[in-house]
Amino acid sequence: MSDLKLELKEKIIEQLNLEDVAVAEIGDTDQLFGEGLGLDSIDALELIVMLDKDYGIKLADPKEGRAIFESIETMANYISANRA
Amino acid sequence: MKKAYQIHSFCHIKNGQISLNGKTIFEHSAEDFQIFTKHAYTHFEIDYGKFFKMDHLSKLAFIASDVLLKEEKEKNTALVLSNRAGSLDTDRKHQAAMNTYPSPAVFVYTLPNICLGEISIRHQLYSENAFFVSDSFNADTLFHYANALLDDKNSEKILCGWVDMDEGKYHAFLYVVAKSGIFTHTTKEINRLYQTQ
Repeated sequence: MSDLKLELKEKIIEQLNLEDVAVAEIGDTDQLFGEGLGLDSIDALELIVMLDKDYGIKLADPKEGRAIFESIETMANYISANRA
Repeated sequence: MKKAYQIHSFCHIKNGQISLNGKTIFEHSAEDFQIFTKHAYTHFEIDYGKFFKMDHLSKLAFIASDVLLKEEKEKNTALVLSNRAGSLDTDRKHQAAMNTYPSPAVFVYTLPNICLGEISIRHQLYSENAFFVSDSFNADTLFHYANALLDDKNSEKILCGWVDMDEGKYHAFLYVVAKSGIFTHTTKEINRLYQTQ
């Protein structure tokens, strides 16, 4: 699981072009949106695409994203339970 | 007799150089636009994380406008930009990804006027804006549009110019029109400054 969390941090930094953020700065339970990493609605769409492209997971209901993308930990848990 | 407006300042970004009022203020030999803008971002201490999410056209417009508006207090500054290629540079990237996984972050930049929004957000401008596409730099259009906005008292200042990006080739020429400045606001003078590096 810790490997997946590290992988997710690296993917998020690369795919969302967070050039001024280092892997070590993202805590497992830090909020990804709002006060935390400051991601926005376009980033949320990128994360939905990433789930599909890299882990074979299609979100049937985009509203699910709010809970899934709360933190690296919630993302890793969801991917572990649902990956193809 | 009506007093002519003035050009307050102008900026060029081209061939790895950034100049302000004809004087080079930054240069870098990187041929890759991405690397060039990253060095410029660091040099000018821009500190704006969203910059790295922008497409090339917006980065070009953003840096040129930052050079000119960094110390600008007037929030009623309209934006009137133009170019040849529209958002073609980003359109091509989006088109190339159409058969796989198109990126929403790329798609949102498939309109040239998005760069106006980026400038407005950065400088907290709630002003008039327009973006024109033409085969070549058209000083006449910019001159008349800027004068109309100032004559109608819609705006106090206008950020005008040309911001073109396609397949790694780029040129930004932006200038600020105001009631006072260092050059007379005429089509002839705009064309002269456009030719000045």
